Amino acid sequence: MPGQPFSAGLFGAIRLNGMPTVKMTQHLYRFFPALENRTVTVQAGSVAEILHAVNQIAPGFTDYVLDERGALRRHVYLSVNDTIVVDRKTLSDRVQDDGTVYIFQALSGG
Amino acid sequence: MSDIILLGTRKGTVIFDRSNSTWRPRPIAHAGIPVCYAARDPRDGTLWASLDHGHWGPKLSRSRDGGATWENVLSLKYPQGARYIVKYLPTPDFDPEAPAGQPEYKDATVFKIWNLAFGHAGQPGRLYAGTIPGGLFVSDDGGDSWVLNRPLWNHESRGGDLFTGEATSKNLWGGTPASIDYGVFEPGIHSIVLDPRNSNRIHIAVSSAGVLETADGGLTWQSRNRGMRMDYLPNPEAEWGHDPHFVTGCPGQPDHLWQQNHCGVFYSDDSAQNWKKVSMPDAGVHFGFPIAVDEHDGLTAWVVPAHADSQRMAIGGGLYVARTTDGGQTWQSFRTGLPQDHAYDIVLRHGLDIAGDCLCFGSTTGNVYLSEDRGETWQCLGNHFPPVYSVRFG
Repeated sequence: MPGQPFSAGLFGAIRLNGMPTVKMTQHLYRFFPALENRTVTVQAGSVAEILHAVNQIAPGFTDYVLDERGALRRHVYLSVNDTIVVDRKTLSDRVQDDGTVYIFQALSGG
Repeated sequence: MSDIILLGTRKGTVIFDRSNSTWRPRPIAHAGIPVCYAARDPRDGTLWASLDHGHWGPKLSRSRDGGATWENVLSLKYPQGARYIVKYLPTPDFDPEAPAGQPEYKDATVFKIWNLAFGHAGQPGRLYAGTIPGGLFVSDDGGDSWVLNRPLWNHESRGGDLFTGEATSKNLWGGTPASIDYGVFEPGIHSIVLDPRNSNRIHIAVSSAGVLETADGGLTWQSRNRGMRMDYLPNPEAEWGHDPHFVTGCPGQPDHLWQQNHCGVFYSDDSAQNWKKVSMPDAGVHFGFPIAVDEHDGLTAWVVPAHADSQRMAIGGGLYVARTTDGGQTWQSFRTGLPQDHAYDIVLRHGLDIAGDCLCFGSTTGNVYLSEDRGETWQCLGNHFPPVYSVRFG
């Protein structure tokens, strides 16, 4: 349902306090409409764990954001709050309970 | 006679339908997404498109209802442990005679799913996919799962089996300029030629390594570059480093193979055991990307000539198609229906196809032309398509 928050845990469509939020470029909604118009919250953990939690909600999500080695794709940027993650290979940065993960794409055109 | 044509374009998949002798395009599929290759599996009618997402990685897309709906196929991935020896684009101070430094190894990921081939009628579900960085993948379940062909990946010419160690650490394959868009300089498999007589015999072409053949279903691979010449390395007859742009075979005479190479047009009548250069620069037949061969007559082939690698465009502003019917001894040019002024089109390696007496090609200028008389006269199917990467009759 548009606008209704939900989580990847056992609590279904219930917004849980104290869980990281994941925000992303709207371009990904084309492939994963289940993520659109919702607040995506998942269990705290490393960036890699958070992305895999989103993948539980939207199967195939990590195939778009990560390559088959688990590294961020070349033209994908990811930040935790306002800090761009430097570890693009293993995504080991820890996201705090009140943190927000932003996934966006490098701009290109033509 | 084929009734559909699939275009892979920079902005999506365009499908033409033939109705009452008229070809009409449908609304574009995969709108906005680059599609480097699109084709129809003649065995079951499945349509395939190879998506070249700029941000989200290469993906296959499949339609089992004639293009009404498409589904993502996310299963083509390099297995854990697949590594390769990194190549770098030679810099101006590159010295090919200098001793190589320490090889650099990299875990393999798919940069581009460059082309697809469909198995024999007796092999339902068998598909082949050629990729950058140089892996050949095989599926036996219609694309639900894929396996990397390890004998080719571990070929001694690429440094041996890097799954288990550093092997020989000697890589004789070059990179393809087509990979530079992905920030790398790695080889790519763009041609997969199946022998209709024998499902165990396959030729592939690699930019920039050359042609390889297996006669045992992919268990072993041998180079097939005898007679090839390259202009850009110190030894023009070296076994490896060739840059075939596209290789195709005659279904009715499978020993007849044709190759549009960076360094000219080459022909073989002995299943690529020996290649013969059949360029005719005076007739403009030398540089280009695509090549098509007649379905029954291995002596007859078509190319769309371009000026040169330094000027990748139509020669003298006039677009034409050249045909040989004698194995490349002579070439005839056909211009009727094609633009002859201010044409700067280039037709890429998968941008020309043949079905019976029909040929079709599309250019990066967005022009698409069709011939129904073996390339002698042409009609325009449209001038405003996105840059065309592939053209395939369905």
